[in-house]
Amino acid sequence: MDNRHHTQPATSVKMEVEIAGMKMKNPMLTASGTFGFGEEFADFIDLEKLGGFIVKGTTLEPREGNPYPRMAETPSGMLNAVGLQNKGVDHFVNEIYPRLKRLNTNVLVNVSGAKIDDYVAVAERLAPLAAIPAIEVNISCPNVKQGGMAFGTTTDGAAAVTEAIRKVWPRTLIVKLSPNVTSISDIAMAVEDAGADSVSLINTIMGMAIDVERRRPCLSTITGGLSGAAVRPVAVRMVWQVAKAVDIPVIGLGGISSGRDVIEFMLAGARAVQIGTANFIDPQVTVKAIDWMEQWCSRHGVTDINEIVGEI
Amino acid sequence: MGKKNIFDALLISSRDLSERYSMLTLRLPDSIGEMEVLPGQFVEIRVTDSPSTYLRRPISICDYDAAERMMTLLIRRAGEGTEHLCNLPIGAKVDILGPLGNGFTLPAAGTSALLAGGGIGVAPLMLLGKRMRQAGVNVTLLLGARTADEILLLDEFKAIGNVAVSTDDGSLGEKGYAADNSVLNRRYDLVCTCGPKPMMVGIARKAHATGSPCEVSLENLMACGLGACLCCVEPTLKGNLRACVEGPVFDTSQLLWEL
Ligand SMILES: Cc1cc2nc3c(=O)[nH]c(=O)nc-3n(C[C@H](O)[C@H](O)[C@H](O)COP(=O)(O)OP(=O)(O)OC[C@H]3O[C@@H](n4cnc5c(N)ncnc54)[C@H](O)[C@@H]3O)c2cc1C
Ligand SMILES: Cc1cc2nc3c(=O)[nH]c(=O)nc-3n(C[C@H](O)[C@H](O)[C@H](O)COP(=O)(O)O)c2cc1C
Ligand code: FES
Repeated sequence: MDNRHHTQPATSVKMEVEIAGMKMKNPMLTASGTFGFGEEFADFIDLEKLGGFIVKGTTLEPREGNPYPRMAETPSGMLNAVGLQNKGVDHFVNEIYPRLKRLNTNVLVNVSGAKIDDYVAVAERLAPLAAIPAIEVNISCPNVKQGGMAFGTTTDGAAAVTEAIRKVWPRTLIVKLSPNVTSISDIAMAVEDAGADSVSLINTIMGMAIDVERRRPCLSTITGGLSGAAVRPVAVRMVWQVAKAVDIPVIGLGGISSGRDVIEFMLAGARAVQIGTANFIDPQVTVKAIDWMEQWCSRHGVTDINEIVGEI
Repeated sequence: MGKKNIFDALLISSRDLSERYSMLTLRLPDSIGEMEVLPGQFVEIRVTDSPSTYLRRPISICDYDAAERMMTLLIRRAGEGTEHLCNLPIGAKVDILGPLGNGFTLPAAGTSALLAGGGIGVAPLMLLGKRMRQAGVNVTLLLGARTADEILLLDEFKAIGNVAVSTDDGSLGEKGYAADNSVLNRRYDLVCTCGPKPMMVGIARKAHATGSPCEVSLENLMACGLGACLCCVEPTLKGNLRACVEGPVFDTSQLLWEL
């Protein structure tokens, strides 16, 4: 918090970016499942300072998610096995959307499903909501038995979901990729061919932790998804590979905890970024990172943040 | 619920109550203005300079003086994060998020309440007891621990109401578990409990048997403390609810515990 007092706003830097028609004030988004419906953070930051935020994974039917315990802390990170607990797309449409639609920032919905028909049905219900400029299709959740990651780990599965949603979703279509694959570039190219406007990566990395005193897995589901600073180098590598492989804009995430980290992802090829787990540690991390990026640009003589995308 | 704040508080005293427990007193900065705290609410503390502590640590607000801008925390050395907090030097800045969660019900004047705490679970009962006493509630306290030297803040609790004690080894009060203490044999208008889960279940069963409404404060593992991650959920009649927002205090009639 204190650093902010030492910094001078560098207003001359152009921070706006665009993801296939979705205009953003700056490259900063927040990651699905880590930012609730945005409102949870409204006491700490001005949500309208963000390029946008992505709400919790939404499914056709309400889901209660996995049993407790769903979380385990690990070195510089955490495992989660929330399992897409959410109240279903109709709840979002009727209860949440009316509260969010007047915000002057991009509100994106993260879409999940067990079958292709479910994904399509959710996208259809969201399509009439004019204030939702983009959806992010989660084909990479490691925490649900059916669907989820199954679609994200084969080129055919990933392409099939993308193609089906493309038919019903008229605006920006982002597909969120799983890192739990041998070649993430192949999956990225498959969804690009199938009509995705952008890819975001990475979702959590499959992991596991054991309580050695109790001799039991830490999570009720035994395995879960790793996130936080620990995954960052893996994510940077994958963003760099995917950015080289596709022509559509790449949204980078995984362990970002500062403005420095955002710049790292952008140099690797990300047009925009998301911050997830780091919001738990510092709920103001997003706006601090934006400030820091502006400073960095001034220091480096960068007048438009887009200049640095994919420099490496 | 009031506004949530993030601020650096100043550690002005740190006192070891026993080998494993410390009491920290913090002064809040003027910058956050007036802050309302409900008994049972907690804060999330960022433990800096402890590389193995990545996430914030949830800690109950043990006592709070709005006029003096003082907050007291009672901390048990459970692992690296809490160890680090207990060892902080006076004058250290402590990064705090809060107040968080819902808090206990404050019953009407003239009613009776039993506040039962086991081990570190006595922490939220201090502010709760004080507020109840101010509100004219007839407060009985039940403190449980393994041995006499882990019975914390006994004098402070005696200033609030009648205190009953249970220790596993009988070194103070009744010998045995808190849930078996004889003060639980009568009805109260409200029973509030915080402590290890088996103790809370035992207390809740007794409350149920005497027809006393019962509220428990859960210590579910938390990642964000803000309602954003859904890691901390507790199964209830209304589905999985977040212990950090709809809790940590729940009415046992809403939980799926077998009572
Ligand atoms: C709402 C709430 C209020 C709390 N109030 C207090 C309080 O007033 N004073 C206090 O000392 N502690 C309190 N706790 C527990 C405290 O948060 C944990 O003891 C602490 O997070 C452990 O961190 P650590 O780094 O020291 O230990 P770790 O190394 O993380 O863990 C050490 C041991 O503590 C256990 N532990 C970890 N997290 C929790 C948890 N959330 N609840 C119970 N055990 C845990 C672990 O299973 C492990 O066995 C509260 C927890 C919650 C959820
Ligand atoms: C508690 C939690 C819940 C998550 N829920 C979702 C979700 O519903 N949908 C999704 O696509 N990703 C979900 N994720 C993954 C994040 O959006 C993100 O991809 C991942 O955490 C890596 O970024 P980070 O290291 O910045 O957190 C979740 C992550 C966490 C920690
Ligand atoms: S700890 Fe994140 S929702 Fe409760």
